[in-house]
Amino acid sequence: MGFALSILAIVLGFVGTLLWNSRFALHKFGWSFLWGQTWDPVAEIFGALPFVYGTLVTSAVGLLIAVPLGLGTAIFLAELAPPRLSESLSFLVELLAAIPSVIYGLVGVFVVVPWVRTAVGPTLSAVLGWFPLFQGTPYGVGLLTAGIILAAMIVPFITTVSREVLLAVPRSQREAALAMGATHWETVWTAILPYARSGIVGSIFLALARALGETMAVTMVVGNRPEIKASLLEPGYTMAAVLANEFTEATSDLYLHALVEIGLVLFGVTFLVNGIARLMLFKMGHGQELRA
Amino acid sequence: MKRWAFQSIVAAVILSVCASAWAGKILLINGAGATFPYPIYSKWFSEYAKLNNSVNFNYQSIGSGGGIRQITAQTVDFGATDGPMNDEQMQKAPAPILHVPTVLGGVVPIYSLPEVSEKLNFTQAALAGIFLGKISTWNHPEIAKANPGVALPNKPIVVVHRSDGSGTTFVWTDFLSSVSAEWKAKVGKSTSVNWPVGLGGKGNEGVAGLVKQTPYAIGYTELGYATNNKIPYSKVQNRAGEFVDCTAQTISSAAASAKMPKDFRVSIVNAAGQDAYPISSFTWLLVYREQTDRVKGEEIMKFLHWMLKDGQRYSEPLGYAPLPPDVARMVEESLDQIKLP
Amino acid sequence: MTGAMAWRRRAVNIGAFGLTALFAVVTVSVLFFLLGYIGWHGFRGINLDFFLRLPKPVGESGGGMANAIVGTVKLLALASMIGVPIGFFGGIYLSEFGHGPLGFWIRYATDLLNGIPSIVVGIFAYTLVVLPMRQFSTLAGGIALGIMMIPIAVRSTEEFLRLVPSSVREASLALGVREWKTILFVVIPAAVRGLLTGILLDLARVAGETAPLLFTAFNNRVWSHGWLEPTASLPVMIFTYAISPYEDWHRQAWASALVLMFLVLAVNGGTRLLLPRRRTGAG
Repeated sequence: MGFALSILAIVLGFVGTLLWNSRFALHKFGWSFLWGQTWDPVAEIFGALPFVYGTLVTSAVGLLIAVPLGLGTAIFLAELAPPRLSESLSFLVELLAAIPSVIYGLVGVFVVVPWVRTAVGPTLSAVLGWFPLFQGTPYGVGLLTAGIILAAMIVPFITTVSREVLLAVPRSQREAALAMGATHWETVWTAILPYARSGIVGSIFLALARALGETMAVTMVVGNRPEIKASLLEPGYTMAAVLANEFTEATSDLYLHALVEIGLVLFGVTFLVNGIARLMLFKMGHGQELRA
Repeated sequence: MKRWAFQSIVAAVILSVCASAWAGKILLINGAGATFPYPIYSKWFSEYAKLNNSVNFNYQSIGSGGGIRQITAQTVDFGATDGPMNDEQMQKAPAPILHVPTVLGGVVPIYSLPEVSEKLNFTQAALAGIFLGKISTWNHPEIAKANPGVALPNKPIVVVHRSDGSGTTFVWTDFLSSVSAEWKAKVGKSTSVNWPVGLGGKGNEGVAGLVKQTPYAIGYTELGYATNNKIPYSKVQNRAGEFVDCTAQTISSAAASAKMPKDFRVSIVNAAGQDAYPISSFTWLLVYREQTDRVKGEEIMKFLHWMLKDGQRYSEPLGYAPLPPDVARMVEESLDQIKLP
Repeated sequence: MTGAMAWRRRAVNIGAFGLTALFAVVTVSVLFFLLGYIGWHGFRGINLDFFLRLPKPVGESGGGMANAIVGTVKLLALASMIGVPIGFFGGIYLSEFGHGPLGFWIRYATDLLNGIPSIVVGIFAYTLVVLPMRQFSTLAGGIALGIMMIPIAVRSTEEFLRLVPSSVREASLALGVREWKTILFVVIPAAVRGLLTGILLDLARVAGETAPLLFTAFNNRVWSHGWLEPTASLPVMIFTYAISPYEDWHRQAWASALVLMFLVLAVNGGTRLLLPRRRTGAG
């Protein structure tokens, strides 16, 4: 079937285009591109580390918030809620995933940014200001804000997939634990969660892949500053955001190729993370059936 | 019922697609680039469309860097920039490109200081210091000495700059390079630079939006964006040592002292003259000297002639200065260089 | 002693589940907050001009997004012309013949394609379509969105075709009907509702994509004619208007967000009604 083969061709095309169009940067900087810290279009020195760092940190903040929230919701939906309520609630959670990212960005700019600037930021630096992560003036825009918005965007991935994984745990697991006199929670904690572990980890990696590649919402709130700072309240930059901002505007070939190389790195990282997610879900024996 | 729903959706899609295909064929000319002259360009194109309804101009303000990149890649019919292309960029272009000056504008430092209602004055050293990160609080003596009687807050300064390749940035860094040796050595001038401090906003719109929403921020935009959005902006010290407000007048007098070269690539920052506004610049449209499409080329020529005569009067209300008459004449003559196929 | 233990265990039980319930409430209330906030701001910003007029020059208030609405519809139509056939036939291949190593690689490529960040898809379409054609265009934007549609179309097609019981296939084959005729006239009609739902959901997903359009469809302040001119689209308009300093543009950004969100949620809700029994757990 030609159509099926064209999918293979498209993916190969992606890799080819990215490699070809980043050849100058690949050639000039080699591996040092990955840990170069300077992004200076005037002197034409390009290093991707600030963007890699920003991407990782925003995603980590997102996961830190989204994992407990998403997993808790999944446990509630799978274990506690009556089936009908569970069905309708998980539908609502799925809707959360359907909202376009530019709308998250819009709400981010007008709601979350002022909120972080006036409430969250000052509180964090007052209470936890002794810790470098929370020092500095809260601008509103910054790594933390981007992380909060990412969290809202990826919770549905964790919840939906984890819920299905939890529901797929065989009855025998649960019954064995209950028969030993365990409470409901102990059953969940000691029997069901360990059994579902790789599926849940898979769902988290899926969410991570989404967070790493997220562009619009992050671009609008991250602050667009290519520098590595310890504090989460400081502005940062991510790989996807620098592409959105600078790709049409790079004036020299090397600049353009450096940007495409960032695209290549981003492609590679999400490829890796997605692969891990698939592997984990496959181990659960649901490699095909579980929807991403 | 359900089938009906599907069919109606399909029908709606087909209908709307056909409708847009049927609508009369109007020539569309695409341009992209500088955000600095965007308000006046979009005014021009909208007024021009009223006079000549067989052609539409679509202008997208993606930044001067983008204008240069896209005209070089030939993905647009004309580009726009407020930092003239440098020699290397001219060489990279596949064919000779003509710079057509359109209007003059000024870049102003905008700020957001909730407690202060007076208009601030900035010395040249203060602006360089702030953007180098050396002056980091609002009550720093370098700022205070130019603003006697103003109660400046002891708050950290939030610097906002452009995140995209920008002609406004070019003008701004051109000015900072010409007043501060340290800036020139450390950062230099370009459409995008490696900023020592600050947050990035996309476009003049983005910087204005960010400064407006962030207390204690300082940024720089084209004058029109500040007045249009009622964002306070300061006077700036010029070469003669005077603190000058940015108006069409002061921008014009900065242009008065400039000697216009044949290719119109000229910088007028920090110009001499008592009332010359120091952060002024021409802004240019970029067109290929040899047009490849006769119809589009003709329309672009017609528009350029209209812009030089009738278009200029829209400049002042929007915060720009019209081209000095002798420059307008020079430009008019230079348009003859454009060749149609 | 044991009494205290039992009490403690019960407390942990209640506390832990209470916490999960709280999390569920928080998650769902994020949705309601978004719906409410966008509904409120969007509703105040919306008027007839919004649907019927073109954008006004910068800084002047009023005007609408008629061109962006039509632009989005055109982009989606084009995207489905590219994404649906490839996804559909790819899905048929995988479900009916995709058991060998080639099937494995195609499935793998589909997953990969699904994971590619949308901004990278934009770069791809820019280099492959915009640069050679020297023109930002609806075509380039449609291709970018079409590529984004493929993986989901493949997967939903495969899933729904698998739901057709093999007895149906076997019955048809036993009657001597050729394999391709069986697929075309027996298997596909049995799954048609699911297939259409899958396509609609897929469309709803790409309808809100912004990043791939930034340097393909670009943007346009006036009408875009045909397929070879740059075009405005709702998501890109929301982006440019949201980061601008103009109050009136903010108003219109909210209004477009409301329209876009309404479209996306209506499709999601509608397909839910069409397919009331969602497959839970395994396919």
